[in-house]
Amino acid sequence: MAETALFSREDMKADASRLFFRKRLLAFGVPGLLLVYLTYVFFAFDVPGLADRMRLDNAATLVSDAVSYKTHVTRDNRSGAVTVAKEGERKGAYPEGEIPEWVTIDGDRTFITLPEGHAAEFGPDNTAVYIHPAFGRIEASVSRASGVQVSLPEADLPDWVSYSSSRLDIRTEAGRLTVTRNRTEVFRYFWGWELFWFTLDSPYHDHGPLEIAFGPQLDPERTNLEGAWEDFWNNAMWRHKDVVWALGETILMAFLGTMGAALIALPLAFLAAKNFAPLMIVRQAVRRVFDFVRGVDALIFTILLSRAFGPGPLTGALAILITDSGSFGKLFSEALENVDKKQIEGVASTGAKPLQRYRFGVVPQIAPILLSQVLYFLESNTRSATIIGAITGGGIGLLITQAINTQKDWEEVSYYIVLVILMVIAMDWISGKIRARLIHGAS
Amino acid sequence: MADLSAAPGTPVQDIRDSYMALVQRRRLYNGVLLAVFVVLMVSGFYVADARNAGGFWDGWHQILDFPAGVVSEAWEKRANLPGLLVHYLPSLLETFNIAAVSTLIGCIAGLFLSLAATRGLAKWPLLIPVFRRLSDVLRAIPEIVIALVLIFMMGGGPVPAMIAIAIHTAGAMGKLYSEVNENVDLKPLEGLSSVGANWSQRMLLAVIPQVAPNYLSYALLRLEINIRASAILGFVGAGGIGYELRNSMSWGQGKFDEAAAIFILLFATIVLVDQVSSHFRNRLIGTGGH
Repeated sequence: MAETALFSREDMKADASRLFFRKRLLAFGVPGLLLVYLTYVFFAFDVPGLADRMRLDNAATLVSDAVSYKTHVTRDNRSGAVTVAKEGERKGAYPEGEIPEWVTIDGDRTFITLPEGHAAEFGPDNTAVYIHPAFGRIEASVSRASGVQVSLPEADLPDWVSYSSSRLDIRTEAGRLTVTRNRTEVFRYFWGWELFWFTLDSPYHDHGPLEIAFGPQLDPERTNLEGAWEDFWNNAMWRHKDVVWALGETILMAFLGTMGAALIALPLAFLAAKNFAPLMIVRQAVRRVFDFVRGVDALIFTILLSRAFGPGPLTGALAILITDSGSFGKLFSEALENVDKKQIEGVASTGAKPLQRYRFGVVPQIAPILLSQVLYFLESNTRSATIIGAITGGGIGLLITQAINTQKDWEEVSYYIVLVILMVIAMDWISGKIRARLIHGAS
Repeated sequence: MADLSAAPGTPVQDIRDSYMALVQRRRLYNGVLLAVFVVLMVSGFYVADARNAGGFWDGWHQILDFPAGVVSEAWEKRANLPGLLVHYLPSLLETFNIAAVSTLIGCIAGLFLSLAATRGLAKWPLLIPVFRRLSDVLRAIPEIVIALVLIFMMGGGPVPAMIAIAIHTAGAMGKLYSEVNENVDLKPLEGLSSVGANWSQRMLLAVIPQVAPNYLSYALLRLEINIRASAILGFVGAGGIGYELRNSMSWGQGKFDEAAAIFILLFATIVLVDQVSSHFRNRLIGTGGH
């Protein structure tokens, strides 16, 4: 009787409508809750105020600096000396007598050609002229007594000119002229990354790869390939040598940390595995140690270790080592608990001693699993090593934070980012290949 | 019966010889690999030690100085601790919120990335390699770099950290989810397309119900990872508990009770989220896997 009642039509209907009600509640309730949460976060994070805090000019500088560079033509208004330098840096300065063809120095006059018909001129007695093809000439002069003076009344100045008695700043799409008491400076913008291969003092600057490889010898002291490599490797602007070292340091941190953690975790994992450690107290104690080490964040270990060892790759490697020995301990002991008993019994039946039983009964079963986990961690630790390097100061992470902190070397920042992405993808690819072979070999 | 104590030149002896040769070669390879590994570890350690500011041998006995200092100072001022724990709760909440929102956004983006990168499910099959490489690249960028660049553009605060973590999460989930998608049973899909369902209906009604438990389980694991990441980003200026930690650390001695309170909060949160998420993950997947 009870069974027929269970299957009565009313009951089934009621069941079905309850089910539908639950599903409906879930289908509307979960998105609703998420919406409420996101609304709360929207205000908690002060997203409406973001528009005010947003520095669009910073964003524009960043983007334009990442894909282009500027060459400064600078006159020191006290000594009258004119220098031409890429990015205004001393290591990017053109040597005397080798200035680019768009700058003409004629006595105390300097004429600078800018694109789209614009031009600028430094005249005698600390005067400067900006020539705009549509607007015409804007003349300025500097004197110690009255500061910066312009030829036009202030009301007639267009909106791309900002002027006060201490500073004149003309920004157009073709270039930029700034005049202050101390210096008069013109920027001309170019696409690309400046001096990526050779700095201006290298004889190989402005020569193509074919010319360097097969052309006449450019430096009497060195063969072309040797000299070109030397000048590229020691490039003062991009510091290729330091960058390669930094990448190596980052990979080293990941390697030392991951492998060290695996070596420490392996013996401890036997103590934490149910089928290998007969004593419950030991097992629990080791497991709690693993949990504790995993719970204390890598950030805290990094801070702690950098207090003892100072910044550098060793600190990063040890931070990864300590953090990951907890994770490895947990993973390894789980793998050990899933070991197939039959194989060990088989080995034991041939009269093997305990050590031989481990060697031939356990290790062949777990080695592929453990190795593939270690490789997986090695790959993800390459990324973590970059982050830890940024905190402790080591490897490519340090170079990135330094370049970001200068707030002007965005081309270097983007270069480093590209390198990090390539490095991580390469590690990912290599470890994927090895893991695929391990799994393939095991099955 | 085969004669096992075979004389030289018989097939059995040949097999035995070649087996022994194989074993010897294998041992040689393993020995060489082990030697290379040991050399790499030792020389790597020395290189790292040489390039570090402080050496390992000078520093290792100082490892415990700092924690001991923090613990003893926190113990002296233990009366302050409850107040400090409450004081730092809002910044802990901010760290948690950064992690939660970025996990949410990243997982949703990862869902679309993975659907677009799985053979058989992708709406535009020709673009599968493009979406795969896209998620590789998103996964490879360290969050800290995006966060620092965004801090330069938007000023400090939780939003840059959230975006940075969400970008990485999207890439990581794009990969993990597409591995899940590859094991999807295609029959429901065929059934739906036979009754004229369009792409979004097919995904919503045939794929999502199959993969949802795995998706949620990975998302919970990611939340755990992202809380740690969010604390780290706070340390470089993105707000939350990491920022407070850096401030109290840079004060040095005298503020260590604050540092201790933050350590406790961070540790407790990570352990709690770890426990809760592994509980739910076990329920979702049904097995005791990690």
